[in-house]
Amino acid sequence: MAIISRGFSGRRSAEGVKLPPGQYVTTDFPVLSAGPTPNVPLDQWEFVIDNGASVLKRWNWKSFRDLPTERFTTDIHCVTRWSKLGTSWEGVSLDAMLADVKSDDRYAMVRSYGGYTTNVPLEDLKNHQAWVAFRFESQDLEPEHGGPARLLVPHLYFWKSAKWVRGMTLMPRDEPGFWEANGYHIYGDPWREQRYSGE
Amino acid sequence: MWRVGTVLALRDETASARTLTLEVPDWPGHVAGQHVDVRLTAPDGYSAARSYSIASAPNPEKRLEITVERLPDGEVSPYLTQQLIVGDQLELRGPIGGWFVWRPEQTEPIQLIAGGSGIVPLIAMIRSRASAGSSAPFRLLYSVREPAAVFYREELRTLTDRGTVRITYAYTRNVPKDWPLPARRINANLIANATWPSTLSPTFYICGPTSFVENASGLLTVSGHSAQRIRTERFGPTGDRR
Repeated sequence: MAIISRGFSGRRSAEGVKLPPGQYVTTDFPVLSAGPTPNVPLDQWEFVIDNGASVLKRWNWKSFRDLPTERFTTDIHCVTRWSKLGTSWEGVSLDAMLADVKSDDRYAMVRSYGGYTTNVPLEDLKNHQAWVAFRFESQDLEPEHGGPARLLVPHLYFWKSAKWVRGMTLMPRDEPGFWEANGYHIYGDPWREQRYSGE
Repeated sequence: MWRVGTVLALRDETASARTLTLEVPDWPGHVAGQHVDVRLTAPDGYSAARSYSIASAPNPEKRLEITVERLPDGEVSPYLTQQLIVGDQLELRGPIGGWFVWRPEQTEPIQLIAGGSGIVPLIAMIRSRASAGSSAPFRLLYSVREPAAVFYREELRTLTDRGTVRITYAYTRNVPKDWPLPARRINANLIANATWPSTLSPTFYICGPTSFVENASGLLTVSGHSAQRIRTERFGPTGDRR
């Protein structure tokens, strides 16, 4: 039984807006990062898929940008409780990037410039659920929001959508990434409110 | 799980910020720098929760302090800073976060850099240092709009007087009377004069609005500090869109 807050009425979302539990809508785009924003020149950028032993795929910026792109609109949900609705992005589907990767591994550790990591099951990166995005609202993605390119896995809490991505390592077993080792949930489904570890 | 905290005391820090002292009988303990989720529930069951940095050091009394800045169009902060009274109960979940934390086992020089209400998790580190009897060298660079916007004013003055923590203030809009410098944002010169040099391999904790943290952390990496030693926490209300 919740404690009732005397005199609190709150500000509810507009009718028809469906939010995951415990979230509120913001029109801003807050930034959460554990450290400084890395500067990643495009002529040094690369994205590598490996399995811990060998490189399976590698792109530089040009070959990455030669991949077919998609434009999509999605809601995003941050574990710090804000949700931003109807954000529009352009990026390359992970389906395209994983198309000729042969592997029995079921998990991926996504890696970023600056050292950030996050773990995601491979099945959450396939079937039009994940992209490497490089434009937000028709503009090149700003560094503080993850530019030149960030992962976007909008059906999970937004910390899984790693900024400044540089690749992913496929793994046979699930292992915690950066925030997952620092108090946050191993999977992070906002609709089941999987915010913190041990929940 | 949500725990129940009872308001023991309320104290105004500035015209728009208030410190809440809560007693939480089953509080599991925390580490300086962590935060806590606070949930309010209306009579019809609607609830809203927000995350706040913890200001108090870990303590055996199961007391928790948070300092809340009132956001003009906020949903939870106006209630916490204007309607809440002593004796009210709140629901709390936490502590949360294992990265932006300072532990008394750390002996290296610590550089704290606060922008506005970003001082809150950093005062917890300063208080934790004192309560743990740590002798880790601490410095604080505190950027605020004007003198009246300084949180924990008397406590910080005492720290300066005793020489426990070296504190440098940077005023961005109005400076105190007889202040030798103009109002300005943190720049490379100030970083060089008011923070530990890279030769001492300090650990940095920077907390403030996004643009403030971006600026300060950028100046530090340019001046030769390793990005691995810079821990940041950015907060809203806005994304500081450029």
